[in-house]
Amino acid sequence: MSATKMVSLTIEGRAVSVPEGTTILEAAKAAGVLVPHYCYHPGLPVAGVCRMCLVEVEKFPKLAPSCATAVGEGQVVHVYSEKALEARKGVLELLLINHPLDCPICDQAGECELQDYTFQEGRADSRYREPKRFNPVEDFGGDVLYVTNRCILCTRCVRFMDDVHEAPVLCVSERGDRAVISKAADADLTQPWAANVIDLCPVGALVSKDFLNKARAWELDRTASVCPGCSQGCNTVLETRDNVVMRMKPRPNDAVNQFYLCDVGRLDYHWMNRADRLESPKIRLADVLSPVDWEIALGQAAEALRGRRAYVVASPQLSNEALFLLKRLIGATGGEGAFRCATGPEAPLPGVDDLALRADRAPNVRGAELLGFTRRDGDLLAGLKSGDVLVVAGDALDGVDLRRAVDAATVIVVGTVLPVGLPTPVAVLPIANVAEEEGTFTNLRGRVQRFLQAKAAPGLARPSWYALADLATAAGAPSDDCALPSRAFAALAAAEPAFSGMSYDALGLRGAVVAGAEVAR
Amino acid sequence: MSHGPSAPAHAHGHGGEAAPYVPVFTEGSARRRELDDLISRYPSRRAALLPALWMVQQDRGWISEDAMREVGEQLDCTAAYVKGVVTFYTMYHQHPVGRHFIQVCTTSPCLCAGADDVVKAFLEHTGCKELGLTSPDGKYTVIEVECLGACGFATPVQINEDYVECVTPEKVPGLLAALGD
Amino acid sequence: MGYPHKSHPQETPVLSKHFGDPAARTLEGWKARGGYTALAQALTMAPTAIQDVVKASGLRGRGGAGFPTGLKWSFMKLDDGKPHYLCCNADESEPGTFKDREIMRWTPHALIEGVAIGAYAIGAETAYIYIRGEFSEPIRVMEAALAEARAAGVIGPNAMGSGKRIDIWVHKGAGAYICGEETALMNSIEGKRGNPRIKPPFPAVSGLFGQPTTINNVETLTAVPHILNNGAEWYKGMCLSSPKSTGSKLFSVCGNVARPGNYEVVLGFSFKDFLYDLCGGPPAGRKFKAIIPGGSSVPVITIEEAEQVRMDYEGFLEVGTMLGSGGVIIFDDAQSMPRQLARLARFYAHESCAQCTQCREGTAWMTRILERIVAGQGTFEDLDTIFDLSESMTGKTICVLSDSCAAPVVSGIKRFRGEFEALITGRRSSTVAVGG
Repeated sequence: MSATKMVSLTIEGRAVSVPEGTTILEAAKAAGVLVPHYCYHPGLPVAGVCRMCLVEVEKFPKLAPSCATAVGEGQVVHVYSEKALEARKGVLELLLINHPLDCPICDQAGECELQDYTFQEGRADSRYREPKRFNPVEDFGGDVLYVTNRCILCTRCVRFMDDVHEAPVLCVSERGDRAVISKAADADLTQPWAANVIDLCPVGALVSKDFLNKARAWELDRTASVCPGCSQGCNTVLETRDNVVMRMKPRPNDAVNQFYLCDVGRLDYHWMNRADRLESPKIRLADVLSPVDWEIALGQAAEALRGRRAYVVASPQLSNEALFLLKRLIGATGGEGAFRCATGPEAPLPGVDDLALRADRAPNVRGAELLGFTRRDGDLLAGLKSGDVLVVAGDALDGVDLRRAVDAATVIVVGTVLPVGLPTPVAVLPIANVAEEEGTFTNLRGRVQRFLQAKAAPGLARPSWYALADLATAAGAPSDDCALPSRAFAALAAAEPAFSGMSYDALGLRGAVVAGAEVAR
Repeated sequence: MSHGPSAPAHAHGHGGEAAPYVPVFTEGSARRRELDDLISRYPSRRAALLPALWMVQQDRGWISEDAMREVGEQLDCTAAYVKGVVTFYTMYHQHPVGRHFIQVCTTSPCLCAGADDVVKAFLEHTGCKELGLTSPDGKYTVIEVECLGACGFATPVQINEDYVECVTPEKVPGLLAALGD
Repeated sequence: MGYPHKSHPQETPVLSKHFGDPAARTLEGWKARGGYTALAQALTMAPTAIQDVVKASGLRGRGGAGFPTGLKWSFMKLDDGKPHYLCCNADESEPGTFKDREIMRWTPHALIEGVAIGAYAIGAETAYIYIRGEFSEPIRVMEAALAEARAAGVIGPNAMGSGKRIDIWVHKGAGAYICGEETALMNSIEGKRGNPRIKPPFPAVSGLFGQPTTINNVETLTAVPHILNNGAEWYKGMCLSSPKSTGSKLFSVCGNVARPGNYEVVLGFSFKDFLYDLCGGPPAGRKFKAIIPGGSSVPVITIEEAEQVRMDYEGFLEVGTMLGSGGVIIFDDAQSMPRQLARLARFYAHESCAQCTQCREGTAWMTRILERIVAGQGTFEDLDTIFDLSESMTGKTICVLSDSCAAPVVSGIKRFRGEFEALITGRRSSTVAVGG
């Protein structure tokens, strides 16, 4: 690769050097200056239509749209000069003349760029005295509602569907101030990645039906997480209120999902809030499960495992740390581990390299494989031998032929719910779900990514690494070195060559790739 | 403030099942050959979109969403894309219009020559209740149109394809009579 | 020959010489009038030599911007191995302008010859003549003439036996003023919404279908054969004032005037003589009040200002307006300027492509304020708001449509403020009929 030519310029008094061809807007970003903008989005082709990002460039005859103007050597750019501020104030006033100003009932309120920039740079009043135009709300299909009156025609949604999704089902219809975003009757926004238009919309024009009127943006707590919907491992933000996940949104990560999250993943969070959870450790007394404290349940489990082989059925929804501790348990008992993974059709996002809703619909298939678990999609219990203790970890066993389990008779359940159709387990250890604990997943390209705790686990349920460290210890594989998620990861990195050299801290919120992983991009 | 035609009553009033759409560009048809010939003039199929829409409007009188889909299929674009284009250009009818589609230029040069009186005369003599509405007999639709580019011949009126120049209110009844049915 | 009136002795009919003469429409008729000799000559010249002649003639774009034509052609890199395109802008939609329509109606072969020479001069094998969709008759005439020219081998794969391919096609618009903007025109040919594009890239680098492209107005291209036939010096000699304004120019005259129509005069002609002698002055019993001299997008001036002007690019600039497309709109003393300007603003609001915020919202807002003032519901603050709004609408958008809306309105309020104030205070001017 030839060396990129660098261009030096001054933006708001700050010297900055960026590769030739960079736009002034991106250069300003690099200099730590945010140029207000609407139509520009780094993932989309430049439209240059909102005219919000106008800046003053010395020696230019007119204000320049910074999203569409390349940097020049020695340029002096003023983002907050009087001329630039006046121009943007004018744009803001014009964007608001026909806007319904219905912030009190708008889902975007609190995270609306129209609100933010108006507060920052706009007029305090409006001089508009004419009737406002009115258009009805339109159902665009999928998860998307179009609240026409709030639309500022930035066309991010149209460009996303055209150029990134490569499914041009949206258009700008009509012209002048009659223009609206529209679609044809024959196609709705039901494409697998279509709901990203909601996130891309800088205002409250495209809103989620799922989230409609559910919460105000400022009430939400936001936690960095990873989508558990498939093996792509899209980075997400879990947004919670009062210990309930209200929605899941994409978190940008160029190495994984750029800015996007598919509709399947985005809408598959409701289970994180399910109420019928295992809340207390239990043991079998006279063939009935009775709540007990953790020590007793762990003791009972250890007793059952003594001298017997553990056949561990682990869910690929479990973290690397949980799977590592299960591996220790398997090692200590001379057992084996299996997992299965639900599958579905793969759905790529055509405009982004190596991004798809993957066929494997679980976040940690790769982690399970790296840690020695055998994939048994056909017969999950095929390796279960007479006399084994069946340890079911995280898998609800829906649709699994459980006849072999009935023969084995001794069952330990570590999970969030009790599988139906099993012989009564000797011990039940309730654990947290992905929203309730922290840990790491390994995506299909071998990227190890952290997810953080967004809400509290119900009752006495414990994080999986905590419960499994205790279980491994009780079963003869001392795991006191795993008393924190970071320590569990450190132990994993020390023990597993693929994870060698990784540190929990260094993973940060972008992740790192395991040794020897093929890089597809 | 659009001057375009709005949906006339008869566009929706049929009741019952809509007739299935009959394609314009069927394999082997003259229209298809014409379209293929047009496409050959451009390095991209999509460049034939405006001409293709003209053909549809000539044959059908207006451009339905079904027609948008058909044209899109011919030219490798979606119905939504075609809709964006159709709605941009005011000459494409998104609804059926009267057999005589009357467009009176009322932009300033014609306005100062009395174009608004010409509009009134057309509304009065065609029986169209208001601009954009088709007369009850389905014969006429009258709209105001922006500059027809014949300002020296105020007031120009475009009736279907052709211009009639120097129209005054007095000339309107004779003009309508000459149009026939 | 003039049209619809007879040619005035003070006119210099070059382009309009055969207006009103149906015999000039045919290939045979055109050849009999000296047609296609310039093309034959051009095809023996190097493209750069043609560019040099046009440069030397001082010909400037007649569509409105007045950019030197030869210089524009020289931006096309002739040896870049890419397909080049020439687009002829026949989307004549600027209110007050109707000259290209007459050129196409009466002298289609003159345009074809100009287009063919232009295409050859910029290294293009394909040219599209983009004609507004409303122009059914000019389209029919052009199509018939093109068919004749093709059949006779004047254009086509072996134009006039030169071995050069020059294909010319008509592309019919469908009702959108903005498609007269050159990048919107290219989008329209490509089968897109007629949205203007951000520049750069400029058309000469990446234009139609992403290839180097030149866009020229009908009148500009029609002048080219005359320049080749008679020489650059002859054209340059047609000059009554500034050496930067050469040649003859068609002016379309409309509104409140005794003899509306097209007049061809040498640039630098006295506007006063033009208005009173050629055009016959105001209608009987009226006086001229205001004039928009270059198509509706330029500032309006008073008759007093107009009477001082010489008709060239620089002369109009001196009184704060522009020559533009040469569409002269005249308002007499019976007209309400607020009403006329409100109607003009409405035109721009109707034609805004909807891309840029200032244009989409600004043109519509300005229209509503003006219509409210006309309805007697205005305030003095409204006038301030319009001035402020015009700041937002000027110089801040992709194309100049919103500037074009603001220019006549702001200049109109400045020059005819009394009429606006009369409406605001309820003192209706007795001589001015105010429509609803």
